[in-house]
Amino acid sequence: MPSRSPQSARRSARTLAVLPPAALALLALVGCHRDMYDQPRLEPLEKNAFFDDGRSSRPLVEGVVEYGAISPDSVILTGKVNGQLTDELPPELKLDAVLLKRGEQRFNIFCSNCHGRSGDGDGMIVLRGYRKPPTYHSERLRGTPIGHFFDVATNGFGVMPSYASQIPVDDRWAIAAYIRALQLTQYAKVDDLSDAERQQLETQPTAATPTPSAP
Amino acid sequence: MPQIFHPSMNTISRASIFGAAFILAGVGGFIWLIFRSSYTTQVGVVRPQPVEFSHEHHVSGLGIDCRYCHTSVETSSFAGIPPTATCMTCHSQIWTDSPKLEVVRASYRTGESIPWTRVHDLPDFAYFDHSIHVAKGVGCVSCHGRVDEMPLMWRAKTLHMEWCVDCHRNPEPHIRPRDKVFSMEPLPAPPAPERDAEPGASNVAIDLMQAHQIASETNCSVCHH
Ligand code: HEC
Ligand code: HEC
Ligand code: HEC
Ligand code: HEC
Ligand code: HEC
Ligand code: HEC
Repeated sequence: MPSRSPQSARRSARTLAVLPPAALALLALVGCHRDMYDQPRLEPLEKNAFFDDGRSSRPLVEGVVEYGAISPDSVILTGKVNGQLTDELPPELKLDAVLLKRGEQRFNIFCSNCHGRSGDGDGMIVLRGYRKPPTYHSERLRGTPIGHFFDVATNGFGVMPSYASQIPVDDRWAIAAYIRALQLTQYAKVDDLSDAERQQLETQPTAATPTPSAP
Repeated sequence: MPQIFHPSMNTISRASIFGAAFILAGVGGFIWLIFRSSYTTQVGVVRPQPVEFSHEHHVSGLGIDCRYCHTSVETSSFAGIPPTATCMTCHSQIWTDSPKLEVVRASYRTGESIPWTRVHDLPDFAYFDHSIHVAKGVGCVSCHGRVDEMPLMWRAKTLHMEWCVDCHRNPEPHIRPRDKVFSMEPLPAPPAPERDAEPGASNVAIDLMQAHQIASETNCSVCHH
């Protein structure tokens, strides 16, 4: 081994000594680039210090109404014709199987918790102590116009809250149509059947009460 | 002049060069472990929440549908966190004097938000959208785990890019019929494809892939744009 001067040896020792801290410093740099992880744009509901209440998703200023959300003459938004609850679906909607299926699905999400899947008013939340709603299968509710169901879902009724912010307008109508269908399932008259169906009913007396299929 | 290093250094230096390979591998492995540990990925880690809201209670106990609270999950990128008014649809009447609900009632009185702690949060350079996954039949449970068994929310998956891309390469095992997307039940295993089945023979998952028109989306620009 060629001999070296003490200076150069000390120098290389010094170089060696700075290496570990330098490596540590380099290591510390890794993973510190968070600026692209949290960019200066706001995600929905992200916290932000700009406003006093910390909300980036701003609540509406009092009195502000979404364009087209209120129109006193529109049946589809109010459920009323000339101030009277309508007894027909608004002309924008078509009563068909698709609408009823949608209504069934939305009813089961938003209403069945309290009203029960069959509309008797014995949903899970009622069993846990919520005020029991009236059954849909009463003389009075069978006779009310369909607009009433839309109106109750939109504005609430007694202790029942409004569902306008959770359910869009079209879905509220689909639910109303489905409640009508639900009422029919418990109160179909023999007169409503076609001749063929009535014959079938009369020839099969044992199958007169079919069990409703599970949803 | 005396030698600086004793001859035994030769052996030591050789040994330490040899050992360095192991030390480096060890350090590398350790860093890997840290990155995969639940400390960094947050998998299975329960975050403190201002209200002890239990999905277990509300989802499996009461049978409330996800969409009652997460109303925008079908129609937008953001699933939505329910406003206090949604809690009050029920809690205005039941458990009205539970101390656990005091924060909720206070928020309702004052109109201030409940400061929920975010559990899932992708970096801002990755784009994610709930509505397409719901529309194509990927169930909540595939990405969030058994939410109905969580007394407090935690992350079930890493949310690493690797995880997203793994499914995007082969989404087939995760695709459900559209009416089962919100159900937490695991799907019955698809029938094993028979070796000698004719090509094109039916398999439930493959039928769904076709019915929902699913392609494999692995371009970088799908998630980074
Ligand atoms: C949180 C429980 C709850 C939910 C969810 C709920 N309701 Fe009600 N509903 C009630 C209660 C309680 C009443 C009785 C209110 C009263 O008499 O003060 C009621 C009453 C009604 C009535 C009868 C009004 C009358 O004329 O007597 C209708 C119709 C109705 N609800 C429709 C709906 C629809 C549609 C939905 C779904 C969008 C729904 N409800 C969801 C609790 C609920
Ligand atoms: C009664 C209302 C309610 C219902 C029903 C509900 N959630 Fe939640 N969910 C919340 C609230 C409130 C939070 C925020 C607090 C928390 O993280 O626990 C939340 C948070 C979450 C989060 C975590 C959000 C984050 O911070 O990253 C996920 C994931 C989630 N819910 C999935 C679901 C799924 C899946 C269902 C249906 C099986 C469901 N939720 C049903 C109210 C609800
Ligand atoms: C559809 C009705 C409904 C909604 C909506 C709802 N809850 Fe509940 N919650 C209940 C019922 C019922 C119980 C009691 C559970 C039981 O008896 O098993 C409960 C229990 C609780 C408890 C436990 C109370 C205690 O003292 O043990 C908390 C906390 C709670 N809810 C928070 C919330 C929050 C926060 C929200 C809004 C994101 C919410 N709930 C929305 C029905 C509801
Ligand atoms: C393909 C995977 C995937 C599926 C399926 C999925 N989520 Fe998510 N979820 C995520 C990711 C990733 C985030 C974090 C999003 C972010 O940070 O931008 C998230 C965030 C959330 C949040 C927090 C709020 C938000 O949108 O950031 C809620 C609540 C939520 N999911 C509920 C649900 C529900 C309910 C379903 C079932 C309909 C569902 N998720 C299905 C991956 C998924
Ligand atoms: C369990 C399976 C699964 C996981 C996990 C998953 N995805 Fe997806 N993703 C899908 C499927 C299926 C589609 C629909 C593909 C198609 O339309 O053909 C999709 C579509 C998308 C799209 C829309 C593509 C388009 O054409 O617009 C985006 C963006 C996306 N995913 C982002 C993500 C991100 C980000 C993650 C991780 C946080 C993720 N996904 C995790 C299954 C998954
Ligand atoms: C299915 C969605 C998806 C696709 C496709 C995808 N990525 Fe990513 N990528 C992500 C997500 C989600 C993250 C954030 C992961 C995390 O939080 O650690 C990410 C992170 C990254 C990062 C940053 C890693 C870090 O830790 O800083 C880079 C770089 C990247 N992706 C490059 C790419 C490239 C290149 C491609 C194409 C080959 C690609 N990605 C395709 C979802 C995707």
